[in-house]
Amino acid sequence: MFDFYFNFPLWFRLPLQGLAVILVLFPLAAACSMAERKISAWIQGRPGPNRTIAPILAWIPGMGVLQRLGIFQLAADGGKFTFKEDGVPGHVNKFYFILAPILAMIPALTTVAVVPFGAYLDSAGKLVPIMLANVDVGLLAVFAVSSLGVYSVILAGWASNSKYPFLGSVRASAQLISYELSMTLSVLPVFLLVNAPGGHGTLSLVDVVAMQSGGWHGFTAQSWHGLWGVCYLPLSAFIFLVALFAETNRQPFDMPESEADLVGGFHTEYGAFKWSLFFVAEYCHMIVGSGIFCLLFLGGWNLLPWLPLAKLAGLLGIAASPLLTGGLGIVIFLGKVAAFIFFFMWVRWTLPRFRYDQVMKIGWQRLLPLAIANLIFYLLAIALTQK
Amino acid sequence: MAVIQVSRKPLTFAERTYLPQIVGGLKTTLKHFFAPNDTMEYPEQRPAIPPGYRGVPTLVYDPHGREKCVSCQLCEFVCPPKAIRITPGAINPDDPTAHVEKRPQEFEIDMLRCIYCGLCQEVCPEEAIWLQNQYSTTGLSRAEMVNDKQKLYELGGTLPDEHFKWDKKKAAEGGGHAH
Amino acid sequence: MTDLLFNLFAVFTVACAAGVVLCRNTVASALSLLLCLIGVAGLFALLNAVLLAVLLVFVYAGAVVALFLFIIMLLDVQGGERLPFKGATLASGVLAVGLLATGVLSLATHARLPAVAAASPAGSTLRDYAELLFTQYMLPVQVVGFLLLAAMLGVIVLSKKFAGLEDIK
Ligand code: SF4
Ligand code: SF4
Repeated sequence: MFDFYFNFPLWFRLPLQGLAVILVLFPLAAACSMAERKISAWIQGRPGPNRTIAPILAWIPGMGVLQRLGIFQLAADGGKFTFKEDGVPGHVNKFYFILAPILAMIPALTTVAVVPFGAYLDSAGKLVPIMLANVDVGLLAVFAVSSLGVYSVILAGWASNSKYPFLGSVRASAQLISYELSMTLSVLPVFLLVNAPGGHGTLSLVDVVAMQSGGWHGFTAQSWHGLWGVCYLPLSAFIFLVALFAETNRQPFDMPESEADLVGGFHTEYGAFKWSLFFVAEYCHMIVGSGIFCLLFLGGWNLLPWLPLAKLAGLLGIAASPLLTGGLGIVIFLGKVAAFIFFFMWVRWTLPRFRYDQVMKIGWQRLLPLAIANLIFYLLAIALTQK
Repeated sequence: MAVIQVSRKPLTFAERTYLPQIVGGLKTTLKHFFAPNDTMEYPEQRPAIPPGYRGVPTLVYDPHGREKCVSCQLCEFVCPPKAIRITPGAINPDDPTAHVEKRPQEFEIDMLRCIYCGLCQEVCPEEAIWLQNQYSTTGLSRAEMVNDKQKLYELGGTLPDEHFKWDKKKAAEGGGHAH
Repeated sequence: MTDLLFNLFAVFTVACAAGVVLCRNTVASALSLLLCLIGVAGLFALLNAVLLAVLLVFVYAGAVVALFLFIIMLLDVQGGERLPFKGATLASGVLAVGLLATGVLSLATHARLPAVAAASPAGSTLRDYAELLFTQYMLPVQVVGFLLLAAMLGVIVLSKKFAGLEDIK
């Protein structure tokens, strides 16, 4: 069905795919910001933004519900960010000051390329992942590219040439580097399990999901393939989760912003569009991070444990249609991601911020040893059981 | 004073992981997430004004329609931010209330200066100025925010009176008694 | 296509490498280093060694250069005065360039490289890479690891003041 697309030359397809990513991620990030406002409001007993509406749309009946949900606030916010005067303070290092928010977008938009967000069954009944670039080194690529995100923070703080942004960026980069370690160590057990002896060696996220898409075979050893990662790797999932919060600079780890002691951290000197780029980048990180967590530990596009997508499609009788199966997979996956993002926000509006020394302590003295112990435990367990 | 040193209980292991507290906090916020909003959506919903509320200062008529203010200017004098400006005026001799002698010719309260302290109401010997239940004053210019006499009476309206002191006085004068 | 990309990345890498040396601003220097590493990663990727490319970006670009920048900013190192060329500096520079040029030239003209194009290059997949690391190159890896450990301990000893260990000096 999509053959015509694959017949396009590569140079045409790649920019198209890239554009598609931007077109999907930007509104998603904007929707996240809207969701954040609404969720914070509901948790605090407020209605949240519920008045904005374009006068023309107000005539259409039923728009009131959307208005109450604050859907149009999104457009208003976007418009504001775009058309607001975008000042550059006089004392900053202009080149790097402008470069920083652009740099922030690069890892945010690039990492999506290797995240599979669904799958369909081809004519042979084989599961084909839907993703932009199916590379063997999958997760490592995500880590590698997202580790570049630290430069935007460092540069923003440094180029702002003022002390609060600088302190914020120093904190942020220290935090990013510290938690990257625990994060990487925490996912190793997953790939130890994925790479059964004799395999070709993979770091691909697709294979991780494949590992979690087994069916129910009674109480046999085979059945654990149907479970989700979080069931047999709870500690890994936990460490990854905490590190994810830290890596995305979310509460309770939002050191770089910490408006109580740092004004706004590296955001302080930014405004309008440049600020919104940081903002979107943060949400993109959140989306991608949630997606990776879902793939690693929550079964990716499988609806329930022991109910993989292929089986579900079979039950619904749509297995023959790649379009429907793919759509179903994407919906399930996005649903999980959305639930996870809700969790992010829920935590944000619940917990106070850690102190900086606590953040460092948790990272180096608690999480890292825990991650190493976790790795050694699973190393031994896998070595003993898979002999 | 004796100082009592309270020894703090050391945190248990569970407490040091922060996790039970985090879960507890998450439960609390989830409860609020589904709880109804506390916000009053203002222009549609209005707050109930309790009695004794000190709103915008206004001037009032007595039940016979006489303006009670005699422009003694005590309120102007007492007003801490000097929000009140009164131009006193005489009452026409052929007016039925001519024996009151004075009424304000112009009475202005600058609502950008007023601090709603209520001293004007406190000091007024005639119970002519009242802080009632208006809480919302808006205007597009500074001039609009100055309430003139007409506006003040509009806002104030008529309040009940127990004494009708000027009527009594007139009656007493008519009976041949000097006051 | 590959040739074009190779030329692109090669020029980019060399230009950035030159930038590292020539930039007056230390931050700009560090950023040039970053770009240079990314260029090298691109070259690796062109050689089908995707894993190496990703690791290079992850470890060097993601962490090491970030630390460089970090230190530069914390110490607020500025470009400052350019030191005048001394005879020794000049001589060692010329010597180094000469050696490098000789090496490259001799490699280009005389070396008989095995025909790599046909075989899939070692280290291209995760498995090959791991296998090489744990068999053929086991000893070097361990030795390098040990060296790093020693360096790390050295840094700790140098930077930290141990209260009770004054007599060590
Ligand atoms: S309002 Fe009362 S205090 Fe003020 S001038 Fe009138 S009578 Fe006097
Ligand atoms: S309420 Fe207070 S400030 Fe306002 S007019 Fe009366 S005396 Fe002045």
